[in-house]
Amino acid sequence: MMSFIFGKLTLSAFEQSPTILAAVSFMGLVGLVVIILLTKHKRWGWLWREWLTTLDHKKIGMMYLVIALIMFFRGGVEALLMRGQQSISVGASTGFLSANHFDQLFSSHGVDMIFFVAMPLIFALFNLIIPLQIGSRDVAFPFLNAMSFWFFAAGAMVFNMSLILGHFAATGWVAYPPLSELAYSPGVGVDYWIWALQLAGVGTLLAGINFLVTIIKMRCPGMTLMKMPLFIWTALATNVMVVFAFPILTATLGLLFLDRFFGMHFFTAGFGGNAMMYVNLFWSWGHPEVYILIMPIFGIFSEVVATFSKKRLFGYASMVYATAAITLLSFTVWLHHFFTMGGGADLNAFFGIATMLIAVPTGVKIFNWIFTMYQGRVRFTLPMYWFFGFIATFTLGGVAGVMMAIPGIDYELHNSLFLVAHFHTMLIGGVMFGLFSGLYYWFPKYTGFKLSEAVGKWSFWCWLIGFFLAFGPLYILGFMGATRRLYHYSASTGWQPLFIVAGIGSLIIAAGFILQIAQMFISYRDRKKNIDLTGGDPWDARTLEWSIPSPVPEYNFAIIPEVHDRDPFWDAKQKGVMATAGRAYEDISVPKNTSIPILMGGLAFVFGFAIVWHIIWLVVAALLGGVTLLAWRLSSVDTERVIPASEVERMDSELRQKIAA
Amino acid sequence: MKDDKTVFGFWIFLMSDAIIFGALFATYAILHGNTFGGPGGKVLFDMPFAFAETIILLASTFTVGLAVMAVNSAKVKKALAWFAVTFVLGATFVTLEIGEFSRFIASGNGPQRSGFLSSYFALVGMHGLHVTLGLLWMVFIMIQVSRRGINKFNLSNLNSLGLFWHFLDIIWIFIFTIVYLMGAIGI
Ligand code: HEM
Ligand SMILES: [Cu+2]
Repeated sequence: MMSFIFGKLTLSAFEQSPTILAAVSFMGLVGLVVIILLTKHKRWGWLWREWLTTLDHKKIGMMYLVIALIMFFRGGVEALLMRGQQSISVGASTGFLSANHFDQLFSSHGVDMIFFVAMPLIFALFNLIIPLQIGSRDVAFPFLNAMSFWFFAAGAMVFNMSLILGHFAATGWVAYPPLSELAYSPGVGVDYWIWALQLAGVGTLLAGINFLVTIIKMRCPGMTLMKMPLFIWTALATNVMVVFAFPILTATLGLLFLDRFFGMHFFTAGFGGNAMMYVNLFWSWGHPEVYILIMPIFGIFSEVVATFSKKRLFGYASMVYATAAITLLSFTVWLHHFFTMGGGADLNAFFGIATMLIAVPTGVKIFNWIFTMYQGRVRFTLPMYWFFGFIATFTLGGVAGVMMAIPGIDYELHNSLFLVAHFHTMLIGGVMFGLFSGLYYWFPKYTGFKLSEAVGKWSFWCWLIGFFLAFGPLYILGFMGATRRLYHYSASTGWQPLFIVAGIGSLIIAAGFILQIAQMFISYRDRKKNIDLTGGDPWDARTLEWSIPSPVPEYNFAIIPEVHDRDPFWDAKQKGVMATAGRAYEDISVPKNTSIPILMGGLAFVFGFAIVWHIIWLVVAALLGGVTLLAWRLSSVDTERVIPASEVERMDSELRQKIAA
Repeated sequence: MKDDKTVFGFWIFLMSDAIIFGALFATYAILHGNTFGGPGGKVLFDMPFAFAETIILLASTFTVGLAVMAVNSAKVKKALAWFAVTFVLGATFVTLEIGEFSRFIASGNGPQRSGFLSSYFALVGMHGLHVTLGLLWMVFIMIQVSRRGINKFNLSNLNSLGLFWHFLDIIWIFIFTIVYLMGAIGI
């Protein structure tokens, strides 16, 4: 009876190690403070109406940001714990973490940073920027957009639940079988991994479809494909990759679940299963995934560099072709993650060469940015600082990557800390630096004031120096033979000093992060001083999002612009005619709020939790609830609200007067 | 304009769904020889039975086409009738499939028997699951149409359902060829 009601869940699931208890108590405390503040200021209704039930892509984008920030904190703490452990766990000392806890840490750190930090930051920017840059009032499917977000949020919650109840996977973020099969990982850890990724992945897939349709179908008049800003091109490429790659992840996770839940034999060691098939499937999603992470960054820098050089982007067409080439190639290289499979020299040679080929279009991009700056009037603002940091690190990481594309070398470096250093160079120096650049660049669009530069520069230097200190030693350690995921090593290896340097580096990165948080508070406090006097165009920029007031009104564009140039706003400023000149206001319909997406997300969380713990009745209940909600939505007719043209005109002229004043 | 977006979006969704099936086909291709001492397709599959399933599903794709045509020329009664026929055919298909699955399981050849059977059940079962969801969707739509008639809210829904059904038919043709035909020949 008990096992019918509670599945595998027993009281022992609550037993946690002191570190985790501390983390959970901290989370509880923060939650409590938030609840008290909301109650004290009577903000619950506001939270529900303005945020949780919204279908506004701008607010959804900001909610992605909030989750990413919280999860970045978690991933960072996990990184510091690992760095601490590896600095002291030598010889007789085994450090402060148990082997199993260390294994959970690198697994959850990897999952957290990729799925719950980098991905939401990217989709935050897609939500915040894509409709504005293509001159649209919304995304193609606003309801679906909210659903995507709440599915993603449900995945994040399932992931965080593993801190409170039970434990997380100790298999690495890739969860290779047979280790991740029931025989070797009998607990709930891998199940948490499966369902956190599955829910977040479905959210991403739906969002990918949405943005693909948005970009294809919702561009304003005159914006032909070859007039799209480069960020939109890279977003298009990213979403194409999402739509092609994420279904593979969905299927793979599903099969691993069937193995574990129904005792089937896709990847098991016996009964005719094939573990290498998992590895192939995983990376046929996984390699496109790393390009899903980096591609939007290429777009961000194309906007940032052009704006701050006051020049048109150099080699636009070659940028577009390079983007397309990378998109295609990203599906043909997955095997470089396991040259050591033993597929033979021909197979390895093919994938090695395909991998090296990607360096060509990527190099094209780097040169184009540099040529854009050439003879431009480069302004050394924060977004440009991150760009220069990116060039330094990304080139280093790229060279390391091309080295490992040579199968012979990869046999030596596979699974070593050299690899860990390589992918962190790409993920921190590439993805994170790029995202920071974009966030600093577009921040005033959403707030009406700029971030304080002084603190920002301090944090930049912390990140850059910290990065080289934290990951430079890992390249060397890799050559010295240190493998990844080590919880303990012998003193005779002589590795400890380098690990300590890496630990210091990670502390400096942490300082950089703290400075970034401080920067936000300081900038908010001094917002009067940092106010954007132009009312919408603080950087003298080139694309449509800067032609509308900041913060952006609900309907984005009072009048839908018509564009004739690749840099439409710049063009308009040069000619002195706005793209909307002489056009009349019209009625605008905006989607009404609805509580269905957040309820769906809640049910998705319940579903995920219940299936992890094998609480079957709850799984069924959550599914039935989901079907009911869907039917409810599909039969509702009254989903839009109309802002009459006169009202739009009034709001718009009010905004413009405020700016003029 | 709006329908245009919805149908285009649905096409993209179908494409991504096709990739899920693609992954399952690949799995089947790799595992179909891994019978681990158990029976292979040649022993298990009953060709006339699979052929009957195919005919029934093909017929339903024809009737759903007639239903969607009736929808687009706004003939509510006719559309409902054809959807009902489609539903009966689809439900028969699912029943037959469940029958086949339970025969396999009863003879000790369930999905846990071998890598081959795992991949067989996953691929064919995934298709069956899609058909079942399609049937649920159809019921929902029939209720809506009979209560409210055809309007701009359910029109794109109806067209999408039509697309979905044809899509499942195409997938089945692949399953019939790759799993049953090639299995019976022993490739
Ligand atoms: C902010 C500073 C960061 C530090 C100090 C850090 C540190 C670490 C450490 C110590 C490991 C374990 C290495 C080992 O196997 O021995 C690790 C693994 C990993 N990190 Fe980070 N990391 C950071 C940021 C990131 C970011 C931003 C991402 C992704 C966007 C990321 C993704 C990963 C992944 C995927 C793994 C592999 C996990 C596994 O072995 O399964 N990390 N990191
Ligand atoms: Cu790769």
